[in-house]
Amino acid sequence: MLRFLIRRTAGAALILLVISAITYVLFFALPSDPALLACGKQCTPQLLATIRHTMGIDAPLWVQYWHFLGGIFAGREYGAVHCAAPCLGYSFVNEQPVLQTLLNRFPATLSLALGAAVLVLTFGVGLGMIAALRRGRPVDKASMGIALIGASVQIYFFGIVVRYIFVDQLAWLPLPGYTSPGSSLTGWAGGMLLPWITLAVVNVATYARFTRSSMLEALDEEYVRAVRAKGLSPWGVYIKHAWRGAMTPVITMFGIDLGLFLGGAVITETTFNIPGIGKLAVDSVANSDLPMLMGTVLVASTAMVVANIAVDACYALIDPRVRAS
Amino acid sequence: MSALLTDDPPPAAAAATAALAGRSPAALAWSRFRRDRTGVASGIVVALFFVVGLGAPVISRLYGKNPYTTYGQNQPGLLDAFGYPVGPMGGMSSHFWLGIEPGLGRDVFTQLIYGIRTSLLISLAVVLIVTVIGTLVGITAGYAGRWIDYSASRLIDLILCFPATLFFVAFIPVAQSAFVSPTQPVPTWMRATTVVLVLSAFGWASTARLLRGQVLSLREREFIQSAQVIGVPAHRIILRELLPNLWTPILISVSLAVPSYVTTEAALSFLGAGMVEPTPDWGRMIQRGAEVYNADFSYMLFPGLAMLVFVLAFNLLGDAVRDALDPKSSR
Repeated sequence: MLRFLIRRTAGAALILLVISAITYVLFFALPSDPALLACGKQCTPQLLATIRHTMGIDAPLWVQYWHFLGGIFAGREYGAVHCAAPCLGYSFVNEQPVLQTLLNRFPATLSLALGAAVLVLTFGVGLGMIAALRRGRPVDKASMGIALIGASVQIYFFGIVVRYIFVDQLAWLPLPGYTSPGSSLTGWAGGMLLPWITLAVVNVATYARFTRSSMLEALDEEYVRAVRAKGLSPWGVYIKHAWRGAMTPVITMFGIDLGLFLGGAVITETTFNIPGIGKLAVDSVANSDLPMLMGTVLVASTAMVVANIAVDACYALIDPRVRAS
Repeated sequence: MSALLTDDPPPAAAAATAALAGRSPAALAWSRFRRDRTGVASGIVVALFFVVGLGAPVISRLYGKNPYTTYGQNQPGLLDAFGYPVGPMGGMSSHFWLGIEPGLGRDVFTQLIYGIRTSLLISLAVVLIVTVIGTLVGITAGYAGRWIDYSASRLIDLILCFPATLFFVAFIPVAQSAFVSPTQPVPTWMRATTVVLVLSAFGWASTARLLRGQVLSLREREFIQSAQVIGVPAHRIILRELLPNLWTPILISVSLAVPSYVTTEAALSFLGAGMVEPTPDWGRMIQRGAEVYNADFSYMLFPGLAMLVFVLAFNLLGDAVRDALDPKSSR
């Protein structure tokens, strides 16, 4: 297990290095000139050159990327400003190191991701299991019908319709928004409730459909027939044997989705104005804040890569066949 | 005995098969599809969307309005003092079937049907590019094997590691600046092209991975191996032996891709990274609708419902197509 983790971590570091290089080249090779934007209306060539130098974008591209990497490990200077050791760049729009802003924004993204993940797993897997065990019955048809609508509805549409009905008209749910759980736990949970439900509903559908088909497949397997023949109770068969086999593909999907959520659920955060990584990215686009955008992409891809490793580690825990190899 | 070894059946047998009406797999799939009532109904709904989308200019001419004119501002009495439409459901009337837009006072119905056009054209372009590139890469990697397969697979892995939505939102405006100087306005066709190119650049990887897997398993089957043994050239094996067996997975991936790109395009426009004013677009309409939903709920309701119906119908159609092509699959 330890060797596996070390090998995968090294692989992940390599992937992140490549992604950061590609992102850097894509963002900074193109002629959109952040210096020109920062320079403003009374721009003189000297001033432009000074700003370019301060931003560190007057060197050739590969030197720039080298400085960027150097900044992550040793910190770097932007003109008079010092950006300490894990320096992911400096946002001249916010006048703050990129990492600082990312750290400020991450708790909101984390809250949204974890809450939605709990709901998605509980209801998605639960609904899928029930549908599989009552195959062809009204319960199955109803839950699959709901799942289909959930899979087709858009976050920004569903979120605002639900907000309109349950917050603005009926006032059953509190206003959505993010408050730090440190300052008010109930305020935090209340404000996150609608975003959690919205992000979950859209994904529950996929999980319910996926769990159902995976469970039906598992129930057809020979080992399930074997334990049935052995005389195990139906629930013993479902929970102890079929479920375990059926969960492996679901966990893969969950890992990828959790990685996506942790990298910032862009649409949900924008719909409910939650100050997370995804909202930060959208705002940075509006402000043409390239270093900040670069930072959000790096956070999001790190989340993806880490989630992938976690999924593979979970495989080993669940599936004895993987452990052996 | 010799009849068993040749491809041509003896005359009597040929007559018998003709009487039994030898049906191609496509004909079998079609007859299975026709029996699926949900499938046919959703197919009709999807077809309707295509007709309305492509015929939008004709419809809007018959209807007598266009999606750009600010009727509410030109004609007094349509918008109230706050810029919200007068009358029920966002100013619905016999003149403006689905009401008018708050603020600018444009016609909702024509915006909606032109919006289908925008979404469909962009997503169909992406699906076409993604499928062609994905198929080419998938078949090449799966069939060639060795280092070609290895490098293609690593590239696919890498692309699938990119956080898609966030990257699109971040990269599309940057990519646009490559073509147009930041001080100039970006022409509409340029925006659409950038969206198509960026979505395609990252979209082909999943199709390629799917087809590579299919080709890997097909490659080991007897009919491919015997073709290789008797010296059939590689391009013939790929075109005549492999490709006919790949139509099913290709069609299935297309049926999943179309609704997914329609929603991706709308989501990008909602986030402000896709199509912008004044191009009619569902995502852009919902973005505006989300700003005014409390005063004029219907302006976001219509594009939202239209998209829900389209995606739902397309998903049902996709399920039916999958069932028809693969009778073993269970729903």
